[in-house]
Amino acid sequence: MRTELVLIAAMAVAVCGCKRETRTFRESPPASMASDVAVSDLHPGGGNPPARSISPYEQNAWALNEGKRLFSAYNCSGCHANGGGGMGPALIDDEWSYGHEADQIYRTILEGRPNGMPAWRGKIPDAQIWQLAAYIRSMSGLAPKDAAPSRSDHMNGPPPENAAPRMIPKNAGTPPAAER
Amino acid sequence: MRTWTTIAVLAAALASGCHRNPPQGEQPAHGAAPAPPASSVTGQPDDGQWLMASKDYANTRYSGLGEITTSNVKDLKLAWSFSTGVLRGQEAAPLVVNGTMYIVTPYPNILYALDLTKPGAPLKWSFKPKPSAAAQGVACCDVVNRGAAYADGKVVFNTLDNHTVAVDATTGEQVWNATLGDINRGETLTMAPLIVKDKVLVGNSGGEMGIRGWVTALNLKDGSQVWRAYHTGPDKDVLIGPQFKPFYASDRGTDLGVSSWPPDQWKIGGAGMWGWISYDPELDLIFYGTANPGPWNPELRPGDNKWACTVFARRPDTGEAVWAYQYNPHDLFDHDSINEHLVLDLQINGQMRKVLVHPERNGHMYVFDRQSGEVLSAKPFAFTNTATGVDLKTGRLQYVEEKKPSTGKVVRYICPAEPGAKDWQPSAYSPRTGLLYFGHQNICEDMEGLEVSYIEGTPYVGANVKMYAGPGGHRGEFKAWDPVNGTIAWSIKEQFPVWSGTVVTAGDVAFYGTMDGWFKAVHARTGDVLWQFKVGSGIIGQPITYKGPDGKQYVAVLSGVGGWPGAIVSGNLDPKDPTAALGFVNAMSDLPAYTTKGGTLYVFSL
Repeated sequence: MRTELVLIAAMAVAVCGCKRETRTFRESPPASMASDVAVSDLHPGGGNPPARSISPYEQNAWALNEGKRLFSAYNCSGCHANGGGGMGPALIDDEWSYGHEADQIYRTILEGRPNGMPAWRGKIPDAQIWQLAAYIRSMSGLAPKDAAPSRSDHMNGPPPENAAPRMIPKNAGTPPAAER
Repeated sequence: MRTWTTIAVLAAALASGCHRNPPQGEQPAHGAAPAPPASSVTGQPDDGQWLMASKDYANTRYSGLGEITTSNVKDLKLAWSFSTGVLRGQEAAPLVVNGTMYIVTPYPNILYALDLTKPGAPLKWSFKPKPSAAAQGVACCDVVNRGAAYADGKVVFNTLDNHTVAVDATTGEQVWNATLGDINRGETLTMAPLIVKDKVLVGNSGGEMGIRGWVTALNLKDGSQVWRAYHTGPDKDVLIGPQFKPFYASDRGTDLGVSSWPPDQWKIGGAGMWGWISYDPELDLIFYGTANPGPWNPELRPGDNKWACTVFARRPDTGEAVWAYQYNPHDLFDHDSINEHLVLDLQINGQMRKVLVHPERNGHMYVFDRQSGEVLSAKPFAFTNTATGVDLKTGRLQYVEEKKPSTGKVVRYICPAEPGAKDWQPSAYSPRTGLLYFGHQNICEDMEGLEVSYIEGTPYVGANVKMYAGPGGHRGEFKAWDPVNGTIAWSIKEQFPVWSGTVVTAGDVAFYGTMDGWFKAVHARTGDVLWQFKVGSGIIGQPITYKGPDGKQYVAVLSGVGGWPGAIVSGNLDPKDPTAALGFVNAMSDLPAYTTKGGTLYVFSL
């Protein structure tokens, strides 16, 4: 009896402590937390950059896989391929034009960016944009390996997300317009 | 005899149509395809100008200038250079008119006028159309532009965001600006317009974006639209009427542009026109081929998908179709048919024929009777395992069943790959040697069909592709082809795809460039490399040659790698993903070790 209690208690702790398998059917994405996103490393007048909103989906396997599915469904893959880029920039490298944090990626998808990134506001539900943002971070190894998707059923592309080399993000991407 | 008549008509039409100040004491015969009898070595007088990307209406890119020859080309030296200030793929051909050179850059499509009468060709003026930056997001394969056209004192070119602009050649002021398409439908403009009589002909790009393709004619005077011929949909939209007499039964019928598609899919079926238009003034016909149907995954669009991958002969004044022939019914591999159609008169089976010659992406060299649209021959000029040939009775390309792509299945070793055996890079024909010169690629691929959502203004492809070098391991070739006998005269293997255009001269020298940055002069008869020069960045542009105001012959080419194969460099793509750039990155992963971005014009002389 006591053993069983201990086991149950241990399982409860394990389940609560691990977000990997959590699956919510009514999403409450942290949209409001993304209101003060900056994409520049310069903050005039001193002080600190705005606090980052950590995506609730980044440690969640189901959400990351949803992000992966949506990445194809919304034709993100049409421009960014399986992360190597094409019409749009690569997402598996270490260069970020408009920031690599989840809230920055969220903003980039929501608002678009002037050199060809479409604005998806009103077209993709908020929770799905957060799932996409979490998945996009996993493409360059920025999400926990135990939650990131493993090898897909398609033709071999880049290494699977859970084996993707972790690229140290650099806010060094050059938008094409800079070449004018 | 007939050849000479054609030439005279061509020359007269061109000279009266677009010449401003013909150089004194010279026959204004620019633009004509001088096709002297085989015994002649002097050729037709060439005024040394370059008024359209393809040099002449026949699309020969043959120059009658003969100062640079096979014996002195080794002494070619850099005369001057010019930085375009843009670091994307430079596919354009410079124009030379009345002592001025005009260059149009990739997005943001700046038009430069350089004064050739002064040392170092200083900038006369530049014209900035300031296209929408968002257009970059719907340009499938780098943000290229293939050049401008000159007529009646105007330089006319297209911007990536669907404007056709006419600029006063002297002052650099805008004359008119016409809006032809919409980036939010996935459309862009990348091709070099062709000006026939008083009309500017323009076609759209976006076969990977679910566009509906067209060619449009604008008034040269004010940019107003004269006609638009769609390449999918009902006959009235395609401008198919009583004149339409296709040679083959499979191209005959009513509203095939609707019935050869699943319901309503013709509205987003692709079939743009971003390549070359040629013109025969004698028959008064324009010829051009349409681009691929979308999406790439053929299972998603059962039917022949007309009029994608089709050559049209049309009346330039009304756009009305006279004949058509579909190269790739139910295209399987993104084999656009936008490559050039050379208007030539050739001795076929002992008989002089008015033909069209077309090196097709599917790897076959088509020779047509350009009056009837009959295919006289279609011989493979490169390795192919996806088709066994063309049935000349039905006109039908014979696909190999096992190479058909399918949803969820990876089909391996498809040759030629999506870019085909030869892409847009234009060929040149020398009437002196009777040979056609062109760069092409030797690339095969694995392809997996995917389901794909249609979302207006986003890609509509539905495929994973991974390309690699074809048999032999070299990825490109520069080839001389005998169109009469259908044989290879000689060939030069290149490490990378040869994505540059070609020019051939009366000095029997052919010029082309490589993606690792070598500009080469080769003997047009033997294929011996006679001279080469390393430029700053890989070459994917169209070389030209012209006579400067000082009377000397010059050769000019833009350097600046990019385009579809060079996107790995111009777009900083990541080779860890073999499917990047629609699968081309896998075949080009070593390119960044050989070249960097660039955007410089190089001009050479003796």
